[in-house]
Amino acid sequence: MSLYDLCEAIEATAVSAALRESLWLFPVIESVHLVGLAILGGSLLMVDLRLMGAGLNRQSIAAVEHGARRWFLGALLLMLVTGSLLGISEAVKLYDRPAFFVKMIALATALVLTFTVRRALIARNSSGGPAAFAIGAASLSTWLLVAVAGRWIGFS
Amino acid sequence: MIDSFVSWLATTTGSIALHESLYMYAIIETLHVVAIALFVGSIAMIDLRVLGLALARVPVSQALRQILPWTVAGFIVLLLTGTLLFYAIPERTFHSPWFRAKMILLVLAGLNVWRFHRAYGLSPAGWDTGPAPARARASAMASLALWIGVIICGRFIAYNWFDCDKPQPAFISAFSACRSYTP
Repeated sequence: MSLYDLCEAIEATAVSAALRESLWLFPVIESVHLVGLAILGGSLLMVDLRLMGAGLNRQSIAAVEHGARRWFLGALLLMLVTGSLLGISEAVKLYDRPAFFVKMIALATALVLTFTVRRALIARNSSGGPAAFAIGAASLSTWLLVAVAGRWIGFS
Repeated sequence: MIDSFVSWLATTTGSIALHESLYMYAIIETLHVVAIALFVGSIAMIDLRVLGLALARVPVSQALRQILPWTVAGFIVLLLTGTLLFYAIPERTFHSPWFRAKMILLVLAGLNVWRFHRAYGLSPAGWDTGPAPARARASAMASLALWIGVIICGRFIAYNWFDCDKPQPAFISAFSACRSYTP
């Protein structure tokens, strides 16, 4: 089964058809996705700015990460659920959108970075420094690419 | 008066160029969306801190002083890109009920910010590390609700369900001032 066949199979499901046929569902889910973006961006920003020494600098990195964690994880879950629904509704269209593939590669990179290197650094480093700055900047720019490529799916 | 200004705006070279450009409009809109994450995201973290639901160990005064500069930066980007997006499609946007609702929510959100800062400034005396008083919590909740409303109304401007060129219920036609606009 090719990737294209898979996209066609996804679009043939009842969920996909229901999402496509409704006038309101896609826009409403898209709006929730956008609100999720704000919460995800805010909670990510608190930690990455702290890593870069440009935010809540009087707190330890771990304290900021702990204080933002449940909102980050909650928003991430919300984004994955609403994003999957949006994708399911127009799988064949996404097959033709390079921006979608850029977004997925950036998302995979961002998730790996967040839950391996960045997490390990936060556990060890409490005050910051060049390594923390580099990880914060890398995290912020990778997630930024996810957002930009995501918006671009609608234009391309 | 506003109507003739908006109609004139639509005839200017800059507006037509933005409207017809292949990439410029998309780039500006992408910037607008990314700035939402910066602006509403940072405000939401401050609101959640006031409500005691995030950054529990951070004193409110530190959250305000060290996060608000980023919020202001996000707001400047949103204001500039938002103005350009309006400039690209002035008439349809001006007569969109979603745009009008967004502007009303924006004014209410601004009044809420003003009220919070007039009451507490940048260093809330008495509850910097402890639980916030009911008025501050109400302000934080109103902030979250209003900014989420602004995002949703903003996103819905793109949809044409309530455009003036379609048959609309009387109250929507009146709210959008459809009478003075023929698409």
